Amino acid sequence: MINVLKPGIQTTVQDNGRIGFYEIGMPPSGAMDKYSFAMANLLVGNEENAAALEITYMGPELEFRTDTTIALTGGEIPPKVNGEPIPMWETVAVKSGDRLSFDFVKTGARVYLAVAGGIDVPVILGSRSTYTLCGIGGYQGRALQANDVLEIANMHKRPIPPGTRIPAELIPTFAKSHEIRVIMGLCSYRLTEESKRTFLSIDWTVTPEANRVGYRFKGERLSFVPREQPFGAGSNPSNVVDLGYPIGSIQIPDGIEPISLLNDAVTGGGYATVATVISTDLNRMAQIKTNEKVRFVSVTLEEALQARRQTKADIAKARDFIGGN
Amino acid sequence: MSHFEPRYSYGGDEFIFVEMDEAMSLDANFRAMSITRTLKEKEIPGIMDICPSNASYMVRFIPEEIHPDKLIGELKQIEKSIQSLNDFEIHARIVDVPILFDDPWTHEALMRFRDRHQDPNSTDLEYAARINGFKSKQDLIQAISDSPFLVSMVGFVPGLPWCYQMVPREQQIEVPKYVRPRTYTPERAFGFGGAFAAIYPVQGAGGYQLFGVAAAPIYQKEQTLPDFRDSLVFPKQGDIFRFRSISMDEFEAVRTKVENGTFKYLTKEITFTPDEVIENPRKFSETVLGRLYHD
Repeated sequence: MINVLKPGIQTTVQDNGRIGFYEIGMPPSGAMDKYSFAMANLLVGNEENAAALEITYMGPELEFRTDTTIALTGGEIPPKVNGEPIPMWETVAVKSGDRLSFDFVKTGARVYLAVAGGIDVPVILGSRSTYTLCGIGGYQGRALQANDVLEIANMHKRPIPPGTRIPAELIPTFAKSHEIRVIMGLCSYRLTEESKRTFLSIDWTVTPEANRVGYRFKGERLSFVPREQPFGAGSNPSNVVDLGYPIGSIQIPDGIEPISLLNDAVTGGGYATVATVISTDLNRMAQIKTNEKVRFVSVTLEEALQARRQTKADIAKARDFIGGN
Repeated sequence: MSHFEPRYSYGGDEFIFVEMDEAMSLDANFRAMSITRTLKEKEIPGIMDICPSNASYMVRFIPEEIHPDKLIGELKQIEKSIQSLNDFEIHARIVDVPILFDDPWTHEALMRFRDRHQDPNSTDLEYAARINGFKSKQDLIQAISDSPFLVSMVGFVPGLPWCYQMVPREQQIEVPKYVRPRTYTPERAFGFGGAFAAIYPVQGAGGYQLFGVAAAPIYQKEQTLPDFRDSLVFPKQGDIFRFRSISMDEFEAVRTKVENGTFKYLTKEITFTPDEVIENPRKFSETVLGRLYHD
């Protein structure tokens, strides 16, 4: 059992997400930075889809009511147990009565807290992930609040000795300016050539509207190729006949501020989407904060697949290393 | 038939997006529906989601299990194999969807956001009626309830149905979305944007013109009502919705049934081919209404 003393800004229960329900308008939710999420579960010996806590910007204060092991990965929000700093990316033993708290965020935006066994909340449509917009999944369909009590599940595969650490070369670092790789396409034919170039050549600033639904960016106004709007699309040149939005897709309502849609996003709508963040870089998107800079870099499908292979290989390397302990 | 050459595009490394047409039409919708249903039947390993939409569709896959280019090849082959929509049979539900038009709740909501509207001095109903050439808002309501709508896409949030009226192009109602979206829309609000009617499943933001409120839910996470036993969302692509204008008395009667757990949508089954609708929408509409209320 874990008692929530203070909830932090937004702490939710997340796993790999609710897969296969896009058709009914259900976004996947799930951990935003799946790389850090996977590493946290590895460090406590959990099954790979065990639910963890996703902590945003400012950490919660939690009290463990059992002896167990935990691991913290992701952005650097320095954790403390009973006021003493503890390492991230490492298996840590905690005792019943221990209190976990956090310092202010240094780099990155989201931390993952895995507990041996995982967080036990009801499985809704195959997932424990919280989707706050419709109030389903996670702990009562919402972010944690003070006095919530979390149960621990039994998704534990093997004990991992405290002190086990992810090899340094597999620990990501998070800067204040980011290169995010995208594949251009979808309805990018709607943008003028000049605007396509602008989209890929300027530094975009992350606005305060940056959360699990999506990130909105400030930069320059972009233009769409003039046309007589097709029937049913709506009158704004950024409108198209309502269509599906891939996870990571970027739309630019009225050409003003691009929005990249993320795990809790709407699954469709009437804005032209012009590019999609590659799956590997969705992990990095999760660690970007308001006011930081983003440069979108166009890559080919093969480059995106190569990046995916690299990420999988890194996780496999960590798994082998930890398993060998 | 449209002569638009479908556009195939990567949506990152996990999605293929296929635009059947830039304009909305029953033809484009039925063709996308036919392709996505054939794809589903093929049960190709590595496919995670098949998401049909209005004049397009999207497939989510695991690229380690199926290479995106191989998937595009499969999709193009399916597209070619569908020469005619004549032999594509749709088994669907016809549903009576009671709507209280011009209701106090959406009225209150839309009045709060007049500064985000094309015509701050009208209501959404008055504005939509005028730009579509109707004499009054009653005439617009009449036109909406006279002919049924096809649920052409489900999404945005869980259970939101995009509904496209089964009438010839010249009778289609089309309205712009708000200049800037509202930050508040009541749950079950009935709206119209572009060529689509929609019901908002839950309270939230929104940019469609607000015409009324649905009496019964289309999303129920508790799944206590009989219509939600198998799924927490009610609408399915291919359903035919008839939006019936009801009085405040009937609205309250439905609300009571929803609250005591006994409400059930009036539905009938139907099997039809797209050509029946496209060639003679008026006749098809009469068949639908006859089946729903008299069979």
